[in-house]
Amino acid sequence: MGENDAGVIIVGAGHAGGTAAAQLRQFGYDKRIVVVGEEPIAPYQRPPLSKAWLKGEADADSLALKPDSFYEQANVELILGVRVTAISRDTKTVALSDGRVLPYEFLVLATGARPRPLPIPGADLKGVMALRSAADAEMLKAALGPGKRLAVIGGGYIGLEVAASARALGGEAVVVEREPRILARVSCKTLSDFFTDYHRARGVDFKLDAVVDSFVGEDRHVTGVRLGSGETIACDAALVGIGVAPNDELAREAGLECTGGIVVDEHARTADPSIFAIGDVTHRPLPMYDRMFRLESVANALEQARQAASAIVGRPAPAHEVTWNWSDQYDLKYQFAGLPFDVDDVVVRGDPATAKFAVFHLSGDKIQAVEAVNAPAEFMGGRQLIGQRRSVSRAKLADMSVSMKEVAA
Amino acid sequence: MAKITYVEFNGTEHVVDVKPGMSVMEGAVKNNIPGIDADCGGACACATCHVYVEETWLEKTGDKSAMEESMLDFAENVAPNSRLSCQINVTDALDGLVVRMPESQH
Repeated sequence: MGENDAGVIIVGAGHAGGTAAAQLRQFGYDKRIVVVGEEPIAPYQRPPLSKAWLKGEADADSLALKPDSFYEQANVELILGVRVTAISRDTKTVALSDGRVLPYEFLVLATGARPRPLPIPGADLKGVMALRSAADAEMLKAALGPGKRLAVIGGGYIGLEVAASARALGGEAVVVEREPRILARVSCKTLSDFFTDYHRARGVDFKLDAVVDSFVGEDRHVTGVRLGSGETIACDAALVGIGVAPNDELAREAGLECTGGIVVDEHARTADPSIFAIGDVTHRPLPMYDRMFRLESVANALEQARQAASAIVGRPAPAHEVTWNWSDQYDLKYQFAGLPFDVDDVVVRGDPATAKFAVFHLSGDKIQAVEAVNAPAEFMGGRQLIGQRRSVSRAKLADMSVSMKEVAA
Repeated sequence: MAKITYVEFNGTEHVVDVKPGMSVMEGAVKNNIPGIDADCGGACACATCHVYVEETWLEKTGDKSAMEESMLDFAENVAPNSRLSCQINVTDALDGLVVRMPESQH
């Protein structure tokens, strides 16, 4: 296949982009597939970066989505360390930062999201970091270890996972959160309290309800975080984990509709029938909740990669999935499914003090979401019930003597 | 190296050499064998790497953890020889292993 053959061009070599390429070949797509990625490495898994990889339990090979040989065997062209600078929808071409112009029959935008910066004095000091890429993780890893103190700005899952990893590596960690509780944006209070206690018992310090005023440093390296209260927390490095923003500029400039992400339909297609968008960058329909939303998860990236690949090869659309995600901290496996929209009641199953429990979010007699800690049956059963949109009995749900199998039966 | 045979639902066989230390799931994913999705990458969080272990190999592949057991309880088309392939660690003793895939992981 030559430079002038038009096939599928995938912009972004992350979990979504890499999966879309592999899925297209599995579905028998036989034209040219090009994946263009800004990072210098082939598609890899990001979730372990804050966990197993940071602790030295995973290496580059195990992070890789596919071995290097796959791309040659499957005839998928990887163009790495290169950006797509513009999309021309009229000529159906993309311009690359290395000067090349490539034609497409279908374009798949998998440009992901980037960490939101904290626009405060000192944010440009060395040692103030974010975590998104393998390169970020490499830098962060060097800042963890015995005797080293990490300040985590933002009590979200990334921050908590890194705090747990920092402790596992023998260092200290302090989490600074603007809200009165951690995980305020993503979890219920029961979960927030549980995780706060669990981390505290393992030596993580918390500053809640705390505004970060600035980073202070010496010799251009961060040495502390100054809070609005006037207090300064000493640290050797700081991780800013306050959420991500979608990389939708390319789509905007091409005139595609974006509202906090690239707007797509149930097939991951934009209003331009030749252009799809998948993963963290999309603002997508959630048929089970009858609304549009932007999701940030591997499950979402994979689901949309399958949707786009199916549509491109003309296969029937895959069944809708219940969105889900997970987080590993210490010996805890936290899994959640669904989203807590329109919730009017919450049922706790099990005792948080035992570190094995689940929280079900209900709207009327239907489960909208489940958050499970070391409770895989509750997660799996809950996910099934959410997908089936079935009515459940609150009494059975709260009763540990009734198995999840029976609740879901 | 352990030679592992992965059999797709439609009967297509894939025979590959898998490095000890990897999981049976990784052996499939790294060789682009279809039918094992492994959405969570091996964290025992999703049950999309479900396989049926050929009866003669059940003992050698070891016991299921309580976590794996619970996850499998809710997977589709579960049988007594069902396993999550991310939880089977490959050793030289598994040279010759045969696993079959369910119709779908979703």
